[in-house]
Amino acid sequence: MAYPMYEVDWSVLPPEQNRRFNPAFNIATIKQVVNEAIERVAPVSVRMPTPTRLRDLIRQIRAARTAAEERSVVNKECAYIRSTFREEDSVWRCRNIAKLLYIHMLGYPAHFGQLECLKLIASPRFTDKRVGYLGAMLLLDERQDVHLLITNCLKNDLNSNTQFVVGLALCTLGAIASPEMARDLASEVERLIKSPNAYIKKKAALCAFRIIRRVPDLMEMFLPATRSLLTEKNHGVLITGVTLITEMCENSPDTLNHFKKESGQREIVPNLVRILKNLILAGYSPEHDVSGVSDPFLQVKILRLLRILGKNDAEASEAMNDILAQVATNTETSKNVGNTILYETVLSIMDIKSESSLRVLAINILGRFLLNNDKNIRYVALNTLLRTVHVDTSAVQRHRTTILECLKDPDVSIRRRAMELSFALINGQNIRSMMKELLTFLERSDAEFKAHCSSAMVLAAERYAPSNKWHLDTLFRVLLKAGNYLRDDTVSSTLQIVSSAAPERQAYAAMRLWTSLERSAVSGDATEKQPLVQVAAWTIGEYGDLLVSEASNAISMVDEDGVDDFVRPTEEYVIDVYQKLLWSTQLSINTKEYLLLSLAKLSTRFTTQPSQDKIRVIIDTFGSHIHIELQQRGVELSQLYRKYAHLRPALLERMPAMDAPGGAAHDDADNDALSDVSPDHKPDHVNNDALLDLIIGSDSLTNGDVEHKPSQPPASNNNTSSNDILDLLSGLDLTPTAPASVMNNNVASPGLTAGLPASLAPGLTSAAPPASLLLDGLFAAPMQTPTMQDLPTVTALEKNGLRIVFGVQRGGDSVTLTMRAQSSSPSTLTDFLFQAAVPRTFQLDMMSPSGTVLPPQGEITQVLKITNPSRSALRLRIRVSYNVDGVPVLEQAEVNSFPPDLFN
Amino acid sequence: MMQFMLLFSRQGKLRLQKWYVAHPDKLKKKITRELITTVLARKPKMCSFLEWKDVKIVYKRYASLYFCCAMEQEDNELLTLELIHRYVELLDKYFGSVCELDIIFNFEKAYFILDELVLGGELQETSKKNVLKAIAAQDLLQEEETPQGFFDDHGLG
Repeated sequence: MAYPMYEVDWSVLPPEQNRRFNPAFNIATIKQVVNEAIERVAPVSVRMPTPTRLRDLIRQIRAARTAAEERSVVNKECAYIRSTFREEDSVWRCRNIAKLLYIHMLGYPAHFGQLECLKLIASPRFTDKRVGYLGAMLLLDERQDVHLLITNCLKNDLNSNTQFVVGLALCTLGAIASPEMARDLASEVERLIKSPNAYIKKKAALCAFRIIRRVPDLMEMFLPATRSLLTEKNHGVLITGVTLITEMCENSPDTLNHFKKESGQREIVPNLVRILKNLILAGYSPEHDVSGVSDPFLQVKILRLLRILGKNDAEASEAMNDILAQVATNTETSKNVGNTILYETVLSIMDIKSESSLRVLAINILGRFLLNNDKNIRYVALNTLLRTVHVDTSAVQRHRTTILECLKDPDVSIRRRAMELSFALINGQNIRSMMKELLTFLERSDAEFKAHCSSAMVLAAERYAPSNKWHLDTLFRVLLKAGNYLRDDTVSSTLQIVSSAAPERQAYAAMRLWTSLERSAVSGDATEKQPLVQVAAWTIGEYGDLLVSEASNAISMVDEDGVDDFVRPTEEYVIDVYQKLLWSTQLSINTKEYLLLSLAKLSTRFTTQPSQDKIRVIIDTFGSHIHIELQQRGVELSQLYRKYAHLRPALLERMPAMDAPGGAAHDDADNDALSDVSPDHKPDHVNNDALLDLIIGSDSLTNGDVEHKPSQPPASNNNTSSNDILDLLSGLDLTPTAPASVMNNNVASPGLTAGLPASLAPGLTSAAPPASLLLDGLFAAPMQTPTMQDLPTVTALEKNGLRIVFGVQRGGDSVTLTMRAQSSSPSTLTDFLFQAAVPRTFQLDMMSPSGTVLPPQGEITQVLKITNPSRSALRLRIRVSYNVDGVPVLEQAEVNSFPPDLFN
Repeated sequence: MMQFMLLFSRQGKLRLQKWYVAHPDKLKKKITRELITTVLARKPKMCSFLEWKDVKIVYKRYASLYFCCAMEQEDNELLTLELIHRYVELLDKYFGSVCELDIIFNFEKAYFILDELVLGGELQETSKKNVLKAIAAQDLLQEEETPQGFFDDHGLG
């Protein structure tokens, strides 16, 4: 096979840089000579046209002006290369594979070259092998089937006499070793680690490192050979040896101990310390010097291994304390390379059981890093501080000012780290100043930060707020500055905080928010701050009376800058601002829903006639709004001015304080829900059990739940009461854990959502469903008139001063009962809850009650609609629960005294 | 451990790719595409590190070429910058003031040099001299088995 014209592209530069180009030769002459030579000696090549050279192909491809043109060049060449592969043309294989690898890099498929790479590897020529292995590393990965074939080639080459052939095989094995290959070739690699040749030794050590990564079981067999690696002088062998040991130690604690205790002649820690010391103290060695530092690569690797050895090991840590201090103090820091070593040293000091003085030294190094001009060094400093801040907060606190400075860094990654670190540093002492800086940061920061930063600020404020007023102020500032980037749950948690604040705080909140709302309405940037508008709308809706009253003069509105910019608005001006916002085309439907309900609430808070008229006009306008949700809301609310005007004050009364944190964890949702029904948990369970009896005890009765399953296991019945209640709101897709507060709050307001755990919020993002259902129910009750006394009444219960009477109204196969609970007891009954159950052939729809608090001589009404297609006599079971003077009371009764001809 | 190294131009053209982890071709292409876009979108004043999926990307631009390495969480980013620099120095020594064209037309040489510097994603040699010596010796082996002279320079094309 001695063709005189081997492919020789490899060392040839493009002609424009070809220093060996001799223009004396005329290409035509050359071609002729060449062709003659080929015809003489190479019959194969005569049949096949000589292939394009690699550099010519590259040039052709680069000359292509369009992607299509490039594709056509590539396709043509690929077709040609395929054909040479079919012809088994071994002369040009090497060149063709090289071209294919270039084509592959451009992103074209090249898998058809895989087998040809193996043929090249099997060739005795070094050039073929070199290109073949390169191709194998690029075109094969450990998923390919051809691995069986390559394993044999590798095995042969690992035994070659030429060190470079062994080197190529090791390099390929290290890059693409599959678990099978690793197992098959591990013993060869182990043999090569013991080779006296440093070139082979270092490559074999890294190969072993990769093999262990792939198949940790194989670690054992490498242990003896690995021990001796650290006694070598050659830096290549040392660094690969350290890498291998590091991998082994990270892999198994047993091996870690093995190395600590019995590493050949010497223990490993003193050995590593000695190597490191030699590196630092030895004079200038040109071979390994990098800007005045002796082999930083090796130093870093050793430091990392020391870190693993010293972790949780006081004795080992003690042995390396000195050298770490030495490295930390003696390393030249004017260049990146010195800082690289310092950085690794700091990591080691932090991880091992080091002396406290050393730790301070390490944190101070990071502090200096923060002031470095090199952004990369500032970045790693922040990153490392972030890792250590939980261990050594006070040491990091000392660099707080520098860290806060980094919030203004031009580099976004540094700002991100600085922000995270700042949040980690917040505590009760520095919350005020930290939040001030972070607010400035929030205002200026990029959009991507705002969501994360604002929620973290809300959390920090909640955790460390020094006072309630400060907390509210901070929340409002965050609302103002985060704008629409604020997460939804922040709105509900803010509402919850406002709702549970003291009355004068609530007035303060309304006033503050009014100022912001008015400002953004006037400047027209309300669309950018919809969460703010929502919170403001809710708060003003709830506490609007405080906002416009004289009493607001008594509340200081002087802010941190000593400015008091609050001007008490007139009622009409408030309505004007609302109108402006509601008329805006940019505000989201959700925000408008908040505004509209808030406006309706204001109708019961404001007193002057003009403002009342305005409110009514605006609400009526929404009756024809293009958006169906708002339209429905508009229609419903305007009904509260007409037919159901008597219900309006009760429906729109102030929300009770929301105790549960809005963003409560999901687990807490259930408890929150229960505690809303009654503050005490115990009676609640009693209630539930009683209800359970009520349901299960009478087979023929249902609890009003159309889809009730009698076989429901008791365990899940804990939530039955809320299930029943939620059926009132049928159509709402709530999970059984939904808070019963939905039922208790007869007032439909955005606050409903606020009271719900965040996980439920999506189903209830607006308060619309409860509100609309409530009113739907009212409308659905046909012919309900206030003159109920005229109709037949049935007394259902009379006990302890509580009287429950049903007003009955017939309607074909359905009947409407109006439950009236009247109290003659001297105490107020709270948490009043009325429940009813009917036999299964009946259908029961219960409307919301008019209230949950029954004052002495007061009355609560609730409408029940019963449908009975079978027209049999009505039987009804009722259950009433309430608290009187803090004592829970539960009453049950069966009502059978309805007229038999009720359904006719 | 280095998971992969990519060299690409300012125009986003891939010039070299070295993978030390096994991924299907499709995924490699996807990663390459995404990463090139991400890195090219970064402004010069930004730092050279990027947390990307579960790896740390360390990149540095030399003239028209970006050198981009994906390192694991435990690796020292600053040292990776030194590694990239070492590779560039080696290319520079080998080609004699290297430029993008050298790497395009002699990509296999660039791979060979990298394979003498890094093996299986870890640094194998800290001496520049040793790397260049190994490359030169292997080049010599190639030349020895190839007929020299007239045919060489003009190839057989």
